[in-house]
Amino acid sequence: MLVAGIKSRPQYPGLVLDPKARLHLIAAEGEGALAVLALAAAGGPDFPAKTVVYYTPGGSAGAGHVGSLEALGLDALHVTPTVPTLLTRLDVHLATATMGTRLYTAGAEGFLGQVVQLGERHGIDHLSIRTEHCGSLARRVQCVHCKGITENVTTSIVPCAHCGLSLLVRDHYSRRLAAFMGVCVDAEAPGEVPAAEEIFR
Amino acid sequence: MGLVFKTETFRDDFTFSNSPASIRRFPFPFDRDAYAYSVNIEPHTKGAPGSVFEFPIDVDEHYVAEMHDRALVLKADPLRCQSLPHMITAEWDLVELLMTSMAEAYPEHFTLTRDGDAWHWINRPLGIDDRFTFGDTATLPLPPMEYITRQCQGDFSLLDQRDNNLWMDAGIVTTQADWSLDFDIGMNFMEWHGPVPLAHEAGVFDRALKFLLNLQLGRPVRRLNWTMTINPRLDTSPENYHKWGTDRTTVTTENVGDKVHLRVELQALWRLPRSNAIVFSIRCYLIKLSELVTSPKWARRLHRVLKSLPPELIDYKGLTRYHPQTVEWLSKFDDGAPTSPGIGPD
Amino acid sequence: MSGGAELRVKIAEIEPVATDVRRFRFVAADGGALPLFSGGAHVVVGMEAGDRRIRNAYSLMGSPFDESSYQVSVLKTRDSRGGSVFLHERVAVGDTLVISHPVNLFPVDRRARKHLFIAGGIGITPFLAMAEQLSEEGARFELHYAMRARDCGAYAEEAARLYGGRVHLYCSAEGRRLPVDALLANQPLGTHLYVCGPERMIEGVIGAARDAGWPEENLHAERFQAPPAGEPFRARLARSGISIDVGPHQSLLEALEAAGIDAPYLCRGGACGQCETAIVSCDGTLVHNDHYLTPEERAGAAKIMTCVSRLAGRELVLDL
Repeated sequence: MLVAGIKSRPQYPGLVLDPKARLHLIAAEGEGALAVLALAAAGGPDFPAKTVVYYTPGGSAGAGHVGSLEALGLDALHVTPTVPTLLTRLDVHLATATMGTRLYTAGAEGFLGQVVQLGERHGIDHLSIRTEHCGSLARRVQCVHCKGITENVTTSIVPCAHCGLSLLVRDHYSRRLAAFMGVCVDAEAPGEVPAAEEIFR
Repeated sequence: MGLVFKTETFRDDFTFSNSPASIRRFPFPFDRDAYAYSVNIEPHTKGAPGSVFEFPIDVDEHYVAEMHDRALVLKADPLRCQSLPHMITAEWDLVELLMTSMAEAYPEHFTLTRDGDAWHWINRPLGIDDRFTFGDTATLPLPPMEYITRQCQGDFSLLDQRDNNLWMDAGIVTTQADWSLDFDIGMNFMEWHGPVPLAHEAGVFDRALKFLLNLQLGRPVRRLNWTMTINPRLDTSPENYHKWGTDRTTVTTENVGDKVHLRVELQALWRLPRSNAIVFSIRCYLIKLSELVTSPKWARRLHRVLKSLPPELIDYKGLTRYHPQTVEWLSKFDDGAPTSPGIGPD
Repeated sequence: MSGGAELRVKIAEIEPVATDVRRFRFVAADGGALPLFSGGAHVVVGMEAGDRRIRNAYSLMGSPFDESSYQVSVLKTRDSRGGSVFLHERVAVGDTLVISHPVNLFPVDRRARKHLFIAGGIGITPFLAMAEQLSEEGARFELHYAMRARDCGAYAEEAARLYGGRVHLYCSAEGRRLPVDALLANQPLGTHLYVCGPERMIEGVIGAARDAGWPEENLHAERFQAPPAGEPFRARLARSGISIDVGPHQSLLEALEAAGIDAPYLCRGGACGQCETAIVSCDGTLVHNDHYLTPEERAGAAKIMTCVSRLAGRELVLDL
C-alpha cells in the first residue's frame, strides 16, 4: 500500500493577489495571518477597502496577529474564537456573495481543506481558490472504516477518535472530505501496531 | 442460449466456483510472459460468441449471486453508492445504456419496452417488473443509477468531463480491488489514480486521459486490469480491510489452488449522450488457481508473470504475504515450454 | 481511425431564416433514429465540392432529445474555402451528406448555480440546444442575444417565445447594445459564463468578465474557427517519404487528406487535440491557430495541430 508520493496530495502555491477581484474574501487561521499581512503589503492602496477577513487564532501558535490585522483598516475583520465558528460565518457570507469575489485561505492544512470544501459547496471551483499553507503540518484524517474525522493529527500511526482502530495516515487526499485517508495498520496481523511517529508537526 | 444462474456465496462459506464453460471464457489478462503497464485500450467491439466480449454488458452464471452480494454490501454500508447532484442526467444515460444493452443481448432474461418516456422494464432472473417515466426520478423506487446497477454485474462510476479532465462524481462500488468510492468521489483522473505506483512516471495516465477526453459516442473502449484476492471475495474494500485483511495470512503452499484467486477487471468506457459524461464500468471476474491451471498455457504464463513482478507492484497489489507460496505452487505447472500468443487458453 | 464514426443523412428541409442564414434539417438516410446529443455539441459536415473535400463543423441547434432529425444553421460567408457557399448554393432537399457523430467541445458545467449565455449573431445556435436541455432539466439560465438588425437575428423570436423572460434581445440597429458590464456585475457566486459569436465579441466579453474579477474556471467560449488562410508551403512526411504542397486556402489536414493520408482529426477547429502531430523539423515559422497547445508546447515547436495551424516558410517535416 503506497503511503507517500501520491498525486492526490494538494499543492498550496501561496497567496497571490487577484488585482481584478472586486472583493478579496480571506479566511485565515493561526500563522495564516502572516500571509494576509504579506498580501496586504503587495496590494494597492484600494486593498483595505476591498477586503474582508475572517480570522481565528486557531490551533497553531498564532498569538498576537489580531492587532496587526486590525491595523490594516480593512472593510471588515471578523475574529472568531474557533475554526467551526469561522466556517459558520463564512458559510453565510458566501450564500449571498456575487461573482467577482475572490476567495483566499491561509493557515494549517486541515483549515485550508475545510475552507476549500465550503467554497465548493457554494459553487466555487477549487482551482479558483488561492491557498497558502502556514504553521503546523497537522492533518485531518478520515478513518476509511468508520468514516470519522480525526482532527489535528501529528502522528502516523494514530488512533481513530471515533472507532479506536490504529490508523496509518496515507498521502491520499480527498478534497470533498477535506481529509487524508487513514487505514487500519494491523488489519493483516491484528495487534502488530508499529510505534507512532510524529511526522506532521 | 439460456443462462443457468448459480446459487453461491462470495463471503462466509465462499461457495463460489466457475463451471468448466465459465473457466474457458475467463478473460485471462496476460498476452505475454511478463507484465508491464501500458495504455492497453482497445475498441469495445463485439467479440467471439460465448466470450466475455460477445456483448457490451456481459451477464454470466454468477449474475443472481453477485446481485445478492451487492445488496448485502449496500445494506451494511449505503455509502458505497453515491452521486453528486449534477450527475443526475448521467444517471439516466446509464439507465438507458444498461437496459438497452441487457435487453438486446439477453432477451430471454430482460425486456425493455419504450413508448416515448413511458418505459417498462422486466428483469426475470431477479423478479423485477417496473413501469416508470424516463427522466422522472420519482417514478422509480431508487435513484436511477442505484436502481439499474443493483441489476447489473460490475462496479460503475460516472465521470463528468470539464476543464480537460474527468471527474469521478458518481458511482456504485461493491466489488472493488481495495479502493473507496466514498473517499475518491469528486477526484479527477490523476487524483484517483494517485496511489498507483510507477505508471505516472511512465506517462501512462497522461496518454490515457487525453485519449478518453475524445472518447466518442457509439465507440466504447475497454481494457483489462488485474490483481489477486484471497478467497472469492467480491467486496475487498478498504472500508472492510480490517475484516478481510487476515485472509492474506491464511495461504499455505497446500491451499494455494483453492485460496488464491486471480481477479480480473474488464474495464469499459462509454461516452453518454445527454450528459456528455463517461461511464467507467469495472466488471470483476474471479478464478481460483486450481481452476486456472486447467489451462496449461495460463498456468505457465501466470507463473512467469508473478515471478518477474516488480516489488512495487507486489506491494501495491497487496500480494506481499502470499506471493512466495503462490509462485512456488505455480512452478509445478511450468515445464519451461513456450506459450502461444494471445490471451486465450490452449 | 481518423475522424470517428460517421452518419449518412438526407437533407429533409432547407429554410431561409435571416439574411444569409439557412437552417438545414437532416434525417438519417436509412430512416432510423439519430443519436441523442448534449447541448453545445456539433457535427462535422462533409462536402464533395468538385475535386475538393471540405469538412466544416456546425453546432447542433435542435432539441438534444429529438432522435428524428438534426438541425444546423449555416451563415453564408465570403470566405475562400467555400463550405458555406456550397451548402447555400449546391445542395437541395433530398441530397445525402456524410456527417460525424455529435461531439461536444462546448458543454455546460452542470455544477453551475446559474448559466449565463451570451450569443452574437449566428453564435446563437449552440445555445438553442443548451437552453432546451437546461429548460427540460430545470436548471437556471439566461440567454442574452446580440444582433445587428432584426433580420440578421435568426431565431430571436423563437427563443423569446420558448423561454420567455429568460431571453434578452439586443439589436444594435435599434440602438440597444449588449450591456456587458452591467450583466457581469452582480451575478450570484457559482454562475458560469458561455460566449459564442464573432471572435471580437468573444474576446470582448471574456475580457470584461476577467476585468470584473471572474475566475477562468467559470468562463467558456465556443472557439471554433475555419482554418485561416496563409502562404503556401510544403509538408514532407518523414516516415512515408511523401512530399505534399499545402495551398494558401487549404489546411495542412486537408492537404494530407487530399494526398490520401488517413490523418487523425475530430473537431477540425483547433479545439480537441486529436490531430496533434509531431514535427521533425521546420524551415520557417509555425503559425499556431489552435486553442489546444500550451504556450510551452508552442515554444517547443515539436507539435502542430494540422486542422488549423500551418507554416509561414518553406518546408515542414512531419513524423508521419
